[in-house]
Amino acid sequence: MRQMALIELVDISKSFDGELVLDEFNLKIKENEFITLLGPSGCGKTTTLRILGGFETPDTGRVMFQGEDITDLAPNKRQINTVFQKYALFPNMNIAENIAFGLKISGKSKEYIKDKVKYALKLVNLSGYEKRSVDSLSGGQQQRIAIARAIVNEPRVLLLDEPLGALDLKLRQEMQYELIRLKNELGITFLYVTHDQEEALTMSDKVVVMNQGYIQQMGTPEEIYNEPENAFVADFIGDSNIIDGVMMEDRIVKICGCVFPCIDEGFGKKKPVDVVIRPEDIIIGKPGEGILDGVVTSNVFIGVHYEMCIEAGGFEWLAQNTVSYPVGQKVSIRVTPENIQIMNKPQSEDEEALALDE
Amino acid sequence: MKKVLKGIYLALIILFLYLPIFTLMVLSFNEGKTMNAWTGFSFRWYREMFSNRTIMEALGNTLTIAFWAAAAATVVGVMACIGLNAMKEKHRSFFMGLNNIPLLNADIVTGISLMLSFLLFGISLNYGTVLFAHITFCIPYVILSVMPKFRQLENHTFEAALDLGASPAYAFFKVVLPDIMPGIISGFLLSFTMSVDDFVITHFTRGAGINTLSTLVYSQVKVGIRPTLYALSTVIFAAVFVILILVNIISNKREEKRA
Repeated sequence: MRQMALIELVDISKSFDGELVLDEFNLKIKENEFITLLGPSGCGKTTTLRILGGFETPDTGRVMFQGEDITDLAPNKRQINTVFQKYALFPNMNIAENIAFGLKISGKSKEYIKDKVKYALKLVNLSGYEKRSVDSLSGGQQQRIAIARAIVNEPRVLLLDEPLGALDLKLRQEMQYELIRLKNELGITFLYVTHDQEEALTMSDKVVVMNQGYIQQMGTPEEIYNEPENAFVADFIGDSNIIDGVMMEDRIVKICGCVFPCIDEGFGKKKPVDVVIRPEDIIIGKPGEGILDGVVTSNVFIGVHYEMCIEAGGFEWLAQNTVSYPVGQKVSIRVTPENIQIMNKPQSEDEEALALDE
Repeated sequence: MKKVLKGIYLALIILFLYLPIFTLMVLSFNEGKTMNAWTGFSFRWYREMFSNRTIMEALGNTLTIAFWAAAAATVVGVMACIGLNAMKEKHRSFFMGLNNIPLLNADIVTGISLMLSFLLFGISLNYGTVLFAHITFCIPYVILSVMPKFRQLENHTFEAALDLGASPAYAFFKVVLPDIMPGIISGFLLSFTMSVDDFVITHFTRGAGINTLSTLVYSQVKVGIRPTLYALSTVIFAAVFVILILVNIISNKREEKRA
């Protein structure tokens, strides 16, 4: 069954002071999806969110909501609620009044508001906080109140602008699970903006990788991580080795003068390509056992595993392994064919510029 | 030794600050007219003050002008701040610079230029022109005390209110106004005291027949000051003192509540 798009951004362009932030941007968001816009700062992701919320008007293009044009609709008329980066709670009101703000405006009865506030606080695990002041809450608690304040209005879409950016690592991980739970319980469409790739991969149904106002790749977290379409995506999502290679024929790629079997087809013969190999996919062995021989040049313990640099075939490979190989040890490396990802080289200068993270 | 010196120093400062006022208060209760001899305690000058129509009229003018000037300047100033806040950085700092010039300008220049402008446009000098002049010089003080509050407004609270369905006006009164209230109150009080205090500008814009306290005192200096004015000054000082204490108590209580 083909689902109709809930939100559609059509050819959106926006520039600030002559600087193009979004360039003919197109995006479809389906009902009940958790979709994440991921990219470095200045890639246009927050601007996209603000256009959807109604706080910016695009220079050109249309914003469609259930097939209706809402481009010029004021923010207070949209069935969309936002959780802001810095929470933006109202300091002159207590927690219950903050959450009730939207309900009061829409003219709900006192009992309804009271029940709804209680329900929302329970949903974000802060029951009994009605009378507390905003100042007395920690950052993580304020964040959850901001979410509660948005969802009591039962919006069709919830926009979240880097909501976990100010929290510490532990709290951030807890909140990630919390958000997934909320999304499943409420059945609201989530549009999430972040520059943190781990957050994007953990929570999303669909990730949109953006850079300089363009969509670089769109897909499920697995697709984005395992099959990056270009060097920018590969570099931005996780650590990776991006190496020049030549596709000799289908399923055979030549890297650093050595032949590696792979599973990609259809690139043609003797075609220069970019090859992506994730550091955890490099298998380290005794010299002569693998495809390339090399020497360990650095070794850092980073918690789950050791991160090592291995000089081999004129390239410095980044490798991760739970077994430590001391600096100076001679080793060999190999990669199983399915872990080699082949990408076309950027065609034009324009594309090349896009692929580079400036 | 060090402690004693510290004590003496502090006592000297307080003496310098408050001895003149204390002298005035003591003399206001003196029975006789001369300030050289104490002839007995009496409320004579207080009775005379309250029954003196000129003084009471001047007091009334001073207070009503100060109140309305402060109120009007607060409204105009807050609206100006809304506009300034929405401007781009470059324009805002330009207009803030413009706002600061009247503050630094000598009162006498402001007074004479206002008088000239009124006369040029054929407006006769009276209560209205004084009020107008006071509104004019109070506005910059309001802007100066409200603008910082706008700048430190909790980020995006206005947008958050719109997002939750509030109209721009509702969002302003419910969310923005409470946040900038301390700035508005201090702007109002500052304007009020500046207006009560002002002599020079009032002097040039008042015309004949209307007096405020400061112009009344000035005109009486020529014929010799009567102790009724000591009594008046004492009452004003006492009133300010009480208000100051009340304001402090209230703001302390509010802080305790927050903590």
